[in-house]
Amino acid sequence: MTITVKFFARLREELNIDETSIDAQAGLTALHVWQKTTGQTSLPPQTLIAVNQEYANEGVTLNDNDEVAFFPPVTGG
Amino acid sequence: MPVWIKTTHFDPFESIQQYQTEIENEKEGRYGATAIFIGTMRDFNEDHRVSSMTLEHYPGMTETALETICNEAKQKWPVLDVLVVHRVGAIKPNDSIVLVAVWSAHRAAAYDANRYVMEALKSRAPFWKKETTPNGNKWVSKNT
Repeated sequence: MTITVKFFARLREELNIDETSIDAQAGLTALHVWQKTTGQTSLPPQTLIAVNQEYANEGVTLNDNDEVAFFPPVTGG
Repeated sequence: MPVWIKTTHFDPFESIQQYQTEIENEKEGRYGATAIFIGTMRDFNEDHRVSSMTLEHYPGMTETALETICNEAKQKWPVLDVLVVHRVGAIKPNDSIVLVAVWSAHRAAAYDANRYVMEALKSRAPFWKKETTPNGNKWVSKNT
């Protein structure tokens, strides 16, 4: 299955990745996606995750064509 | 309950006037209270000067998150309508960043719903600020 992965703000700059996609096996979690795309074992503290543009936790299991995003705490308004 | 993401300067007072004209036919005589919050860029943050700022967002999720927040407000209070306008891109001090306007029959619901939308936007809507300061560029790490 294919997962689209996006990074925003400080994470996007630090990792130097805007958007990528990965081929993966069923049962993959958001944390697995983080590990595969960044090579880091754990998420930086306070990192937020969205799956298909809704907030999710790192243990959520993904489906084919899901979009996963990683970003720091939001600072709008 | 529209959500407008603006990539260039916007005048919040014009936005209110424009939207209120649109809803007047449908809601004429029903709203007795309009509560408005406008957020404007300062030229300082905490202990440093800020000469400009870039606002990044997550297109798609931003709109969905804001629409969800507006719907939550409508479920919690007897709100007739909500307008949210938020700026993205390169901004300067005195530029408007955010407008939240809430129309209701009475002021209590308008005030409370407006504050709810604004606080929820601050903690959940995917926007990020990067400041230009005398010591270089700096991502804002927390919302105050």
